[in-house]
Amino acid sequence: MDEIVKDFLIESGENLDRLDQELVQLETDPHSKPLLASIFRTIHTIKGSCGFLGFSRLEKVAHAGENLLSRLREGELSLTAEVTSGLLAMVDAVRHMLDEIQSTEHDGDNDYLELLETLRQLQSQGAPSTPQPLKTVAETATSATAGEMTAGTPAPEPIRNEQTCKSEDVLAAQQILDARGREAGVETVRVGVQLLDKLMNLVGELVLARNQLLQFSSAAGETGFHTISQRMNLIASELQEEVMKTRMQPIGNVWNKFPRTVRDLALSCGKEVRLEMEGQDTELDRTILEAVKDPLTHLVRNAVDHGIETPEQRTRAGKPRTGCLTLRAFHEGGQVNIEIADDGAGLNLERIRGKAVERGLIPRDRASHMPDREIFNLIFLPGFSTAEKVTNVSGRGVGMDVVRTNLEKIGGSVDLQSAAGRGTTVRIRIPLTLAIVPALLVRCRQDRFAIPQMSLIELVRLESGAGIERVHDAPVYRLRGKLLPLVYLREVLHADPAAEARAGESINIVVLQVAHQRFGLVVDDILDTEEIVVKPLSRQLKSIPVYAGATIMGDGSVALILDVMGLAQRSHILVESRDGTHDEPPPAPAATAGHEQALLAENGRSGRVAIPLQAVARLEEFPDSVIEHAGSQTAMQYRGQIIPLVRLSEIVPVAEPAELRSRAPIHVVVYSEHGHTVGLIVDRIVDIVSLSSEIEALNQHAGVKGSCVVDGRVTDVLDVAAVVRAAIPGFLERQAAGS
Amino acid sequence: MKMTTDPHGDGILKMAGEAQLCTFLIDGSVFGVPVSQVQEVLRYQPMTLVPLAPPVVRGLLNLRGQIVMAVDLRRRLGFATRPPADQPMNVVVRTADGVVSFLVDEIGDVIEVSDSTLEKPPETLQGPARALIFGVHKLEGRLLHMLDPERACRIADP
Repeated sequence: MDEIVKDFLIESGENLDRLDQELVQLETDPHSKPLLASIFRTIHTIKGSCGFLGFSRLEKVAHAGENLLSRLREGELSLTAEVTSGLLAMVDAVRHMLDEIQSTEHDGDNDYLELLETLRQLQSQGAPSTPQPLKTVAETATSATAGEMTAGTPAPEPIRNEQTCKSEDVLAAQQILDARGREAGVETVRVGVQLLDKLMNLVGELVLARNQLLQFSSAAGETGFHTISQRMNLIASELQEEVMKTRMQPIGNVWNKFPRTVRDLALSCGKEVRLEMEGQDTELDRTILEAVKDPLTHLVRNAVDHGIETPEQRTRAGKPRTGCLTLRAFHEGGQVNIEIADDGAGLNLERIRGKAVERGLIPRDRASHMPDREIFNLIFLPGFSTAEKVTNVSGRGVGMDVVRTNLEKIGGSVDLQSAAGRGTTVRIRIPLTLAIVPALLVRCRQDRFAIPQMSLIELVRLESGAGIERVHDAPVYRLRGKLLPLVYLREVLHADPAAEARAGESINIVVLQVAHQRFGLVVDDILDTEEIVVKPLSRQLKSIPVYAGATIMGDGSVALILDVMGLAQRSHILVESRDGTHDEPPPAPAATAGHEQALLAENGRSGRVAIPLQAVARLEEFPDSVIEHAGSQTAMQYRGQIIPLVRLSEIVPVAEPAELRSRAPIHVVVYSEHGHTVGLIVDRIVDIVSLSSEIEALNQHAGVKGSCVVDGRVTDVLDVAAVVRAAIPGFLERQAAGS
Repeated sequence: MKMTTDPHGDGILKMAGEAQLCTFLIDGSVFGVPVSQVQEVLRYQPMTLVPLAPPVVRGLLNLRGQIVMAVDLRRRLGFATRPPADQPMNVVVRTADGVVSFLVDEIGDVIEVSDSTLEKPPETLQGPARALIFGVHKLEGRLLHMLDPERACRIADP
C-alpha cells in the first residue's frame, strides 16, 4: 500500500477517535466555538485528503458532515440529540470506509445514501432563537464548562452567550494542548510496536547480564572493575526505567472511548447517564491495557444497562434523574486500582441468592449463611445472570466470569460491593507490569524459587513449631488472631510427607495473598529479593499450575517462578471461597501432647458433654425450620444430602431438660463415618477444651465413654458412634452395606 | 535431479539421495537426527530441576540467556537410567515448539547417509522407542537409529 495512504489511515483513525470525544463533549457545550472549530477542521482535513486520494464515497460523506457542521458553527442550526447522532453516524461511516480501504485499498461499495439524506435533512432544521438547555446529558470531567471550574457537576446549565473572552481562550488553549498530547510543545515520534517490544526484550537481557556482572563484581573486589560495573548497573537500571516508560500508556487511552459508548448505550436503553472519569493519567503497561480493555467495556456497559435505573424509577426512588457512572484509576500498593461505580439500583441480594440455589451453584443451607460479599461474588461464576431480559448489550451470562478470568490471567483480581438502592462498585486490581518484576527468592531443599513480590504480604519466622494448629487436619497458623492456612512447599513439589516441621524446628512462612485470600507458604529458607525477568516456560511445562515462568539468576542458573494463584488452587485454598464459606471453628487451644481435644456442649440445662474433636466434622447452626421428617426419623437437608438428626438429650438423658423454645436455632454437631453423615443436636456449644484428666467409667450408658472433670464440672465424654447406633440402630452399618 | 520427499508426513523434508546426520550414543546404540535440525551440541550443562514435571524432563538449562528444557532421551526411549556419576551431553534441537535439548551419553560424528540404506526399524526395538525411531541405516557392523525429534519432544502429561 502506498505510504501516503497508510499515513492517511493512521492519522484519520486518530482524528476520528478525537471526533467521537469532541462530539460528545459538544452535546454538553453546544455553542463552544473552539470545539466546533476543532471538529470542523478535522472533518475538513479528512474530506480534503479523501478527495486528493480519490476516495469519492468517503469524500461525499465527509462533505455532508462538513456542511452540517458549518451551519452549526455559523449559529444557523441548533445542536439536538438527533444532530449529534447524525454526526456520530457519519463518523462511524467514515471509520467503516477506512477499514475498507485498509483491506481493499478502495472505499467500499456502500454509498450511504440514507445517511447522506439524513444529514441533508438535519441541515434544514430551524435555527435556535435562544440557547436551549440540553436534553441529553453525557458529560465528561475533562470538559471545563465555562463558569464551572470543578469537575463533575450535577446538571448542565443553559449556556449564556455572552461569555468573557478569557474562558474561551482557556478552552481553546486546552483544545490545542489536548491535541498536542500530554507534553505541550514536545515533539513526538511514531514508533512501531514491534520495535518497542524488541527494545524491551533487549533491556530484559541486559538486566539479567547486569545481575550476573554484579555477582562477579562483588567477588572480584578490584576497584577499577568495581567502579565500572557500578556504572553499568546505574545505566542498565535507568535504561530499564525509560524503556518501560515507553510501554506505559495512560488508561485514558482506553477510557476516551467510553463517553461515546455510554452516550449511545444510555440513549438506546432510555436512560440518562453522566460519566465521570478520575485518574485518566494513571499509566499501565501496554499489554495490560490491552487485556483490560474488554473487561472494562463490559463492566461499563453492565452498569448502564443493568445498574442504573430509568429516569422514572430514579425519580420515584427520590434520586436525581440522571444516573452517575464514575471511573476511578489510581496506583496503590504497587498495583493499579480501577473502580467502576454507579449510583444505580445495586445488586439484588435475594435474587442472586435465589438464582444461585436454583442453578445448583450452592446448596440452599449454605446460601442462607453466606455473608453478603460472597453472595455478590457469585455473579462471577460461569453461566450466572439474573437479568430479567437478556439484552443485546450485556447479560448473556457469559460476561462476568470471562471478566474475572481475563483479569486473573494477567495477575489481577476483581471484587464487587453493592448496596441495594444505592449502587454498585466494581474494583479491579492489576499489576503495573509483567515483564520485569521484583521477586523474593526462597529455598526448598536444594532448589531456589522466585515469588513475585506483588503477592507478598509479609514474612513470618516461627522459632519453634509452636503456633501451628490444625483445623480438620489442615495446618493453620494464627496470625494476629486470624487463621492462616498453611501450604508446605516441600509437600507441593515433592509430596514430602515429612514436610511438616517437628516440634522445635524453626519455620519460615511467606504470607501471600491472591484474590483476597491469604495463605502462608512454608519454605526451607528465605534468601534475597531481586528484580527478575520473567521468561515463559516451554509448552510442555506451561501446564504445571504452580509455575508462572522461569528466570535466570545472577549466577547464571535457572530458577522457577512460583505461580501464587496456582499454589492456592492446588492446595484448595481458593476452591473453598468459590464454593462457600471457609468454616472457622471456635478458637482452639494448642494441642498439648497426650491430651485429647474435645468439644464441650450443653445437654439439658445443667448437663455437660464432651465430644472428642476428632469425631466432629463440622459445627453448624440452623433455624429450626430445617428439621424435617423422613418417616419416623428426624432429618434435614445438608449439603445436597438428607442426613438423619439425633437429639442428644434423647440418648443421654438429663436431670433437667432444657427449655424447648420454638423457633430457636438448633446447634448441630455433624459427624461422619465412612462417608455417612449424621447430625447431632445439642442444646448449646460451649467451648473447645483439652481433656486433661482421667476418664472414669461412672455414667454407664450407651454412648458415654465415661466421665471426667472439665472446668471444675463433671462431664460425660461421648462416644459419638455409639450414640448414633443407639439412636438409629443399624444406620452406620446399613449405610455401609447399601453403598 | 534431486527431489524432496516427506517420508513421514511430519513436515521434515529430506533430499532424496543423501542426508547429513548428527549422531550420538545412548546405552551403546547409535542415533541420528538431521543436521539441519540441530542448533548445537554441548558438553554437560548444570540444570535446574523442575519438580512436578514429567520424569523425562531432566531440568532447565541456561543457553546464553535462553531457558531451554532438557529431555532425558534415555528415559524417553525407555532405556535404563544413566549411572548417576555420568554426565550427559546436550544435543540442542530446533522443534516446532521451540528449542529443546536432548540429553545423550556421547556425541558422535556428523556422517552422511544415503537413502538407499534406510530400512524399517527391527522387530527387536521395543517400548517407547518404537514410536520415536522411524527407520535404521545399516552402517559397518552397527545400526544407526533415526530419531524423530518432534515426537521425542512431545511428552505425555504426568
